[in-house]
Amino acid sequence: MNLDKKLYTLKYSPDTESHLKPDFEQCKLCITKCCVNICPAQVYEWNEETQELIVNFENCLECGACRIACERQCLNWQYPKGTKGVTFKQG
Amino acid sequence: MLKRENKTDVIIVGAGPAGISCAITLARAGKEVILIERGLFAGSKNVFGGAIYTQATKEIFPNFETEAPIERRNIEHNFAILGEEDSTTITYRKNDNSSYSVIRAKFDRWAAEEAKKAGAYIVEETVVRELIKEKNQVIGVKTELEEYFADIVILADGVNSLLAKQIGLRKDIDTKDVALSVKEVIKLDNQIINQRFKLKDDEGAIVEIFGGPMLGMLGLGFMYTNTDSVTIGLGITLNELAENNYRPYEILEKLKQHPTIAPLIEGGTLKEYSAHLIPEGGYKKIPKLCDNGVMIIGDAAMLVNNLHWEGTNLAMISGKLAAQTAVEAIEKNDFSKKTLSGYEKKLKKSFILKDLKTYRELMDVMHSRKKAFLCYYMKKINAFFEMFTSVNGIPKKENYHKFIKSIFTDRKISELFKDIWAIVKLLWSILI
Repeated sequence: MNLDKKLYTLKYSPDTESHLKPDFEQCKLCITKCCVNICPAQVYEWNEETQELIVNFENCLECGACRIACERQCLNWQYPKGTKGVTFKQG
Repeated sequence: MLKRENKTDVIIVGAGPAGISCAITLARAGKEVILIERGLFAGSKNVFGGAIYTQATKEIFPNFETEAPIERRNIEHNFAILGEEDSTTITYRKNDNSSYSVIRAKFDRWAAEEAKKAGAYIVEETVVRELIKEKNQVIGVKTELEEYFADIVILADGVNSLLAKQIGLRKDIDTKDVALSVKEVIKLDNQIINQRFKLKDDEGAIVEIFGGPMLGMLGLGFMYTNTDSVTIGLGITLNELAENNYRPYEILEKLKQHPTIAPLIEGGTLKEYSAHLIPEGGYKKIPKLCDNGVMIIGDAAMLVNNLHWEGTNLAMISGKLAAQTAVEAIEKNDFSKKTLSGYEKKLKKSFILKDLKTYRELMDVMHSRKKAFLCYYMKKINAFFEMFTSVNGIPKKENYHKFIKSIFTDRKISELFKDIWAIVKLLWSILI
């Protein structure tokens, strides 16, 4: 089963503004870009053409893995606003 | 119910098992307590493997077995050691009620309602962004909209505890001190679950999974049975995932396809996918547990006994002990670090810090010998049973000799001595 189908099972109330704010200049210098692989919701994608990190923040499961793993420690990671983000019905 | 506007005895941040247990203990003691939860309701942001423990839960909710939304009573523990294709499983079964599977979105919500009935005030959909400090003392919290003040603030804001970090009670978490867990709740017919796991009525089973797609990684899998669904997931140390560019959900997919696991979930439909961090730093990585006007409980304080899959029980009891300390402080009208350190003393006297201290060396040993203990010996156990059960005309004595010889020749002999030394050292630290 692919990840999109997994994420489709979740209830989200996305904000208009991202709660995940990487320093995009630092991301360009980052060698491993480990956030792209470790994120369990594939929030982060690296665009080779534009050399930019794409942040699909509306898929975030709010686990915090990217915050801890970020090699350059350049991620401003906050919880989404109180009414926003993911809601687990099972947990 | 508040004495002055926005001022109360205690504010607790985070409505998980720790925060709710703390709130209900304070409310029952007649103290004013506000529990602030960032989700739509208590439980809506909370994820765990699958079990609550009866003894600890009863200390907080004496009648939970008849009143709470519980799923199944766990009567069977399976320890499944997966090879690439084969597996060896040890099963311990006893008609017991020492733990239950629950759905957190239901259980935590119920528990929070109980706290409300006891007199706690619950504020939902509200994120605490900052702690307010005055003269080196935490005096309140700042949410997105307003400020709330309290004599004591208790942090139950989970593994990421941004608040504990903000006031310097803990440093950044190292990638080797947390496991990233992904899990799926898979809908299956109640009768099918009973057949596949050999259960009846409210009986439940737990499967602890070693190896398989996690061979050689510091990671474990788990399965729990709910009334009409099965939970399957795994947790892998974050540094392992980051260093090897593994995608956690892809490893979970492989686990689901393992020949030992696949028949258990076959035909099920995915109800919910989720992910969560598990604090696994152990005793050595516990943050400072209190300061002037503030205490830390549950996952935020790294109180998880990963070897025994215990977390919710440590959370609940740490919440209770912090609440008892808060009651003492309120009665003395003294909220200094010195008074609140009574919480740390209570934790030390309880199973919580005693158990974590017992396993203080475990994670270091596992990190350094993971290729041996979580790959080589896992394969070796399966290889032994493959040899023992095979009927192929080769005399048994030859098989035994070959197997024993392989232990000395598979790897450098020094590796064997390193393993023995690691086990001796670990057992010494645990038992002596």
